[in-house]
Amino acid sequence: MFYREAGDFKTSYIADSQTFPIKFDRYRYYVVLAVAFGIIPFIINDYWANALLLPFLIYAIAAIGLNILVGYCGQVSLGTGGFMAVGAYACYKLMTAFPDVSMFIHVILAGGITAIVGVLFGLPSLRIKGFYLAVATLAAQFFLVWLFNRVPWFYNYSASGQINAPERDVFGIIITGPNAPAWATYLFCLIFLTVCAIIARNLTRGTTGRTWMAIRDMDIAAEIIGVNPLKAKLTAFAVSSFFVGVAGALFFAVYLGAVEVGEVFGIQKSFLVLFMVIIGGLGSIFGSFAGAAFLVLLPVVLKVVGVDVLGWPTDIVAHLQLVIVGALIIMFLILEPHGLAQLWRVAKEKLRLWPFPH
Amino acid sequence: MNKKLATLALGALMASGPALADLVIPSLSYRTGPFAAGGIPFADGYADYFTMLNERDGGIGGVPIRLIECETGYTTEKGVECYESTKNEGSLVYQPLSTGITYQLIPKVSADGIPLQTVGYGRTSAANGDVFKWVFNYPANYWNGASGAVNHILEENGGDISGKKVALVYHNSAYGKEPIRTLEELSKKHGFELSLLPVDSPGQEQKSQWLQIRRDRPDYVVLWGWGVMNQVAIQEAANIRFPMENFIGVWWSGAEPDVLPSGEASNGYKALAFTATGDGFPVFEDIKKYVHDADKAAGAGDKVGTVQYNRAVYSAMLAAEAIRKAQEIHGVADITPAMMRDGMEALSITDERMAELGMSGFGPTFDVSCENHGGPGLVAVTQWDANAQEWNVISDFKPTDTEVIGALIAEDSAAYAAENNIEGRCG
Repeated sequence: MFYREAGDFKTSYIADSQTFPIKFDRYRYYVVLAVAFGIIPFIINDYWANALLLPFLIYAIAAIGLNILVGYCGQVSLGTGGFMAVGAYACYKLMTAFPDVSMFIHVILAGGITAIVGVLFGLPSLRIKGFYLAVATLAAQFFLVWLFNRVPWFYNYSASGQINAPERDVFGIIITGPNAPAWATYLFCLIFLTVCAIIARNLTRGTTGRTWMAIRDMDIAAEIIGVNPLKAKLTAFAVSSFFVGVAGALFFAVYLGAVEVGEVFGIQKSFLVLFMVIIGGLGSIFGSFAGAAFLVLLPVVLKVVGVDVLGWPTDIVAHLQLVIVGALIIMFLILEPHGLAQLWRVAKEKLRLWPFPH
Repeated sequence: MNKKLATLALGALMASGPALADLVIPSLSYRTGPFAAGGIPFADGYADYFTMLNERDGGIGGVPIRLIECETGYTTEKGVECYESTKNEGSLVYQPLSTGITYQLIPKVSADGIPLQTVGYGRTSAANGDVFKWVFNYPANYWNGASGAVNHILEENGGDISGKKVALVYHNSAYGKEPIRTLEELSKKHGFELSLLPVDSPGQEQKSQWLQIRRDRPDYVVLWGWGVMNQVAIQEAANIRFPMENFIGVWWSGAEPDVLPSGEASNGYKALAFTATGDGFPVFEDIKKYVHDADKAAGAGDKVGTVQYNRAVYSAMLAAEAIRKAQEIHGVADITPAMMRDGMEALSITDERMAELGMSGFGPTFDVSCENHGGPGLVAVTQWDANAQEWNVISDFKPTDTEVIGALIAEDSAAYAAENNIEGRCG
């Protein structure tokens, strides 16, 4: 009924293999884009931008990045926080060294630097996999945080060891710092997310993505049919780290503005992004969005309901939040191990047949 | 159903908007997480003092105070969320009780025009009001603390500590790194040897640091910790039988939850302070009568007279006095954040006023000026008596090395001003 395919004929291979093959789906996607780019910037305020939308957009980029590595290529990584820190510190060094360069270039370069670091830490993946690789990337997490805390060059020798984002702009519009308008920071992150999602989607359905998935499903079989594991694994690490680095740069420069590496990019961040990927759905771009939205919005909603509406003490609500989020994660893993993306897929399937399920 | 509820809730939040005539004070507290041991008594004290003013005097200048508590868990992300969700309610002054969140908020409050009160924490160079218009860190800052600790060591050694070894055990974050610059300067000046031992957040893992102390045998150890890190450090010091008299914590490392777990072993441990200890002040009678007996206490209501509770009462008192001053200057009762800032800059805490408030000798007296947002920097030393289970003040509020600190503040704030294109405004 809602997802009718009747009359929706594909007459070319290109039309048949597009991202949204069903017309209704495609139009819905255009509507979402139109609302995100054309309406939200005009009605957004500081609270919506800084408390909800910016973290959602940035975590979604990080989740896409991690999803490429874990969901598509099967290389378990716990180093996301460390790689985000690389993006943040690279962005900081670039911002302070080249103040006149546009923020777009800084963020992209920060992603590039993170990609190089990611490949370096991805090298062990050629020899080890699974649980052992997770521990190796965990080492990357701890090493990188320690490095940024230890070497004063990274934080420009500031007394407190924090990095602060100076005011920088894109085409004359301020993007970082406290005077940046909410709509500009939102649009800046939204552009990055949209481009990242499109790139990721196209990579994953092309040759590169197929080699990743072949490695994920069975690396020996993949090698026999001619996939080069070295190339596949390292490209996965590079692309994934690039996205994670972009997310880290945006997280520091646009969202928080000041960062203490141990607190902001600690091991909890790695777990948080991993939870987003697992809850959202491994190996799904939409799942990355859904997982990020779920874990960013749920605590805020619980806080608003508990403290502002019901008037409960803040500490009880904070503890309840942990309980509820934890319980939901367990429930998800038991009831739908493939995450929110799979729920969405099933719902769509049902709607396509409704009201005649046979 | 869930979605509907959430939409309703968000709608209600958006609609509530700038409120009726009341003085809004947000409290970015943390009653959860590894730093809750310090966060809970502070949040209780901050809330109880304002509740007492509401119950006893009907607020300040006839306008009731509305305290909005928001849980941050000591994390900067939640701190930012709390700030954004409360700033449009007409919030007068923020006190986040976290150096990390303070760093986060300094640029934001400066852009939004809301004062930030960081009593004894935050960015030290914000003491220079010429550069930091919206930030106040009176009555003493971290560099006063570092100097106060060194002064105490000097006093105990007859003024000569050249060749002595001092180790700094610190929380490896912006907060813990703050005193390093000052201690390095002071070690040059007085000729003592300084060793730095960072402890990663939250600070439960300190074995290697204390092994090193055991090997190096420093004469004194200075502790710059918070929350769960303090009790672990004091327990570790007790384990290696480090003489507690030579172990000095900053004011955030010297409260009851820090020393109680190690029992007798912590007897004699010292900590700096800028407020008095105990509940023997008339103000506490009012708090008990109007707040606790009326069942309006924040939290469990069992923290009165503890160190962090007292500090919060002092902090709340400073905010309340600034509101009073602002009402006086501008002649209106329902003040704006900009007026609040004027009140804070004109704040004058005198002995007479402290006596009127029932807090005679509770903290140092001082005047704030356009240039000096940092107060006088007077620091006292307290010592833990494990048998009586109480903190005793063992020195007066003494001056610290303003020559060294002043130069460092000028240098650091000048760098900040250059980075952010800030013109001096007091000149």
